[in-house]
Amino acid sequence: MDQIIIQTLHGLVNGMVLAMVASGLTLIFGIMDIVNFAHGDLLMLGAFVGASVVGVTGNYWLALVVAAIVIAMLGALLQITTLRPLIGRDPLTTILATFFHLQYPWYRVATAVLAGLIIGGLWLFLKYGKYGIWIRATTQDRVMAQAMGIPVPLVYTAVFAIGSAMAAASGVLFGPFAGVTQTMGFDFTLRAFIVVVVGGMGNLGGSILASIFVSLLESYASIVVSPAQAVIVSFVVLVMTMLFRPTGLFVPTPK
Amino acid sequence: MLVLENVDALYGKSHVLHGVSIEVRAGEVVGLLGRNGVGKTTTLKAIMGMVRRTSGRITFDGRDLAGVPPHGLAGLGIAWVPEERRIFRLLTVLENLRTGLDRPGIAPARREQLLEKVYSYFPILRERRSQGGGTLSGGEQQMLAIARAMMLEPKIILLDEPTEGLMPRMVAQIQEIVHALHRDGVAILLVEQNVPLTLDAAGRVYIMEKGAVRHHASAAELRADQRVIHEYLGV
Repeated sequence: MDQIIIQTLHGLVNGMVLAMVASGLTLIFGIMDIVNFAHGDLLMLGAFVGASVVGVTGNYWLALVVAAIVIAMLGALLQITTLRPLIGRDPLTTILATFFHLQYPWYRVATAVLAGLIIGGLWLFLKYGKYGIWIRATTQDRVMAQAMGIPVPLVYTAVFAIGSAMAAASGVLFGPFAGVTQTMGFDFTLRAFIVVVVGGMGNLGGSILASIFVSLLESYASIVVSPAQAVIVSFVVLVMTMLFRPTGLFVPTPK
Repeated sequence: MLVLENVDALYGKSHVLHGVSIEVRAGEVVGLLGRNGVGKTTTLKAIMGMVRRTSGRITFDGRDLAGVPPHGLAGLGIAWVPEERRIFRLLTVLENLRTGLDRPGIAPARREQLLEKVYSYFPILRERRSQGGGTLSGGEQQMLAIARAMMLEPKIILLDEPTEGLMPRMVAQIQEIVHALHRDGVAILLVEQNVPLTLDAAGRVYIMEKGAVRHHASAAELRADQRVIHEYLGV
């Protein structure tokens, strides 16, 4: 019983981690049809900027904000100077490290809650903000959005910056338990891609649900098999989704 | 106000314009009639900068539109109501309206006024304001498309086949709106297949065939002598 509770908690925490990474990715894909392979690298850079700020000032909150702003500017610069997607990495090299603790580390839960708050903030911004409406309108019909006077080129740059800031914030948030290394982006990006596809590409809500769904499944699977083998679950979900519901698991069936 | 001079345009292989010249003066309703595929919609798209123009000039209030980015036209006072309506399906009715309302330099009081105005024209949109745009019926979507254009407080509305596929009751309502906009001093370039409606609403009418304007007359002349209409439209 304890194990099930711990695995549920574990799945939820990992789900929020993943949702945070995936939301930046899906936002950029949804609006620009760009699969941003640099997402993981932006995440890693964000973590480094964050770690540096913490090192100098010792202030975690400042690190979070500074990393997000710096990487947002970098993202905007990347987008403006015509973005060149990096080449995808070999999925097989990625192995998820899953941890077992009898006593669950509560700082992880706190991090997941913080991630939830940031994702919630993004959602509120997209839902109610003037610029959120601009972004959603542009996602749905770029030509009509332009005809309504929405400055679409600016929206593209802004979305790329926001997506980059989300990656950076993820890096800062999860650096403490994943370890800040040059390769930390790998794991997150691959898994983020999986949930973005499973959730329906470009669909923010779908990506978040898929993140939690896949992470929970993996957590429960690791009760029976080894954590390294449990990773297979996300690929199984991916393949099944591609086979039976290629538009995404959490997208209403198109009429 | 809006002047097209000898506009040639290319859009795919079949949609072309040959030397189209049209003028719409301030506050005027001008009809653009013609069979399917003669270049009426392409003419509107040329104004909106969505098709490649090979020669000719389009000016609005004396300003050449060639240098204006696609998102700059709304600010000049040009609004587009496309044939397919192009409602933002996943945005609510109110959010659809806000795409035209959330522009720089508009006072909150004016925003409220504009919303109240379209809600009084289209009460159903107030009822459905929290509903997704994609859930509306065809007629309601047409109303929303027009209401959305009105949010820009345009000087001219390019209205593309607003009554296509609508029930007679809806057609009458759209006709009423065209009259109301005209009374408010908004110019309209009305593309239609519905001849009686066009002759009723418009002051002047251009008739197109094979990508070119073949005839130009006042609506009164065309009402008195419908031979031209028979010749070009076969009705």
